[in-house]
Amino acid sequence: MTVDATTIILLAALLVAGVATVMISDLLLAAIGLAVSSAILTLILFHLGGPLAAVFELSVCAGLITVVFIATISLTKADSCEDARWDKLRILKRFVFLPLVVAIVGWRLAVSGIHAERIAAPLSGEVEGVRQVLWSMRRLDLLGQILIILAGVFGVVVLFKGKNDDEEAAK
Amino acid sequence: MTGGLAALFALGVVFVVLLAVSALYCILVSRNLIRILIGLELLIKSVTLLLGVAGYVTGRMALAQTFIITLIVIEVVVIAVAAGVVIGIHRRNHDLDAGKLRNLRG
Repeated sequence: MTVDATTIILLAALLVAGVATVMISDLLLAAIGLAVSSAILTLILFHLGGPLAAVFELSVCAGLITVVFIATISLTKADSCEDARWDKLRILKRFVFLPLVVAIVGWRLAVSGIHAERIAAPLSGEVEGVRQVLWSMRRLDLLGQILIILAGVFGVVVLFKGKNDDEEAAK
Repeated sequence: MTGGLAALFALGVVFVVLLAVSALYCILVSRNLIRILIGLELLIKSVTLLLGVAGYVTGRMALAQTFIITLIVIEVVVIAVAAGVVIGIHRRNHDLDAGKLRNLRG
C-alpha cells in the first residue's frame, strides 16, 4: 500500500479530533472527543491490516476508558475544579497557541523530511500470525499483563477502601 | 524499504509527532487533573499509531498487534488507577486543581 487518500484523511481526522479534544472546554465533551479519536484510530488500524488490535482499541479504549472518564467526571463535578470557576474564554486562552504549535512543528517536519529508508527494512519470508507471535514469541508479555491487571485491581481496591475499614484495622 | 512504504512511514511519523505535541501541550498547560489524564491518553494513542505504522511498514503486523494489545492493557490499568487517585483527591480536597495539591509539601 502506498500513501492513498483514505490514509491521509484518516490521519488528518485523528489529528483534528485530538486537537479538538484538547481545546474543548467542557470535560464531558473532551471525553467524548477522546472516544472519537479512539474510533478513528481503530479505522486506521483496520486499514493497516491489524484487525485484532483494532477491535481491542474500539472495545477497550473507545468503550471502557470513556466510561471510566465519564464516571470520574460525574463523581467530581458536584463542586470544584477549574472548569466550574473559570469561564470558557480563560480556558480557551490557554489552548489558543496549540494550533500554532502544531502548525509550526508540522511545517518543520515537512521541511526537514524523514529519511525512512535508513530506519527500517521490510521483513522478507514467511508472514507470522498473531496467535503464533502472542503464544510463542511473546509468552512472557502475557504474564506481565496478568500481573499488571492484578496490580491495577489491588490499587483500585486500596484506593476505594472505606474509612471504617481503616478504623477497624487500627483497633 | 520501497518508496511507497517509506512515504507512508514518514507521513505516519509526522502525524504521530503532531499528536504527541498536542498531548504534551495539554499535559503541560492544564491544571485540571482529569484534563491531564486526557492528555496522557492522547499521548498513548500516538504511540499506538506509531506501533501500527511501524508494524505495517516492516511487514511484522502480527508482532505490532501483540505490542498494541499489551499497550492497551497497560493503558487501561494506568487510567483506572489514576481515575481512582483523582476521585480520592477530590474527596479530600474538594478540588481538582493540580496547583493546589500541597498536602505533601515539606
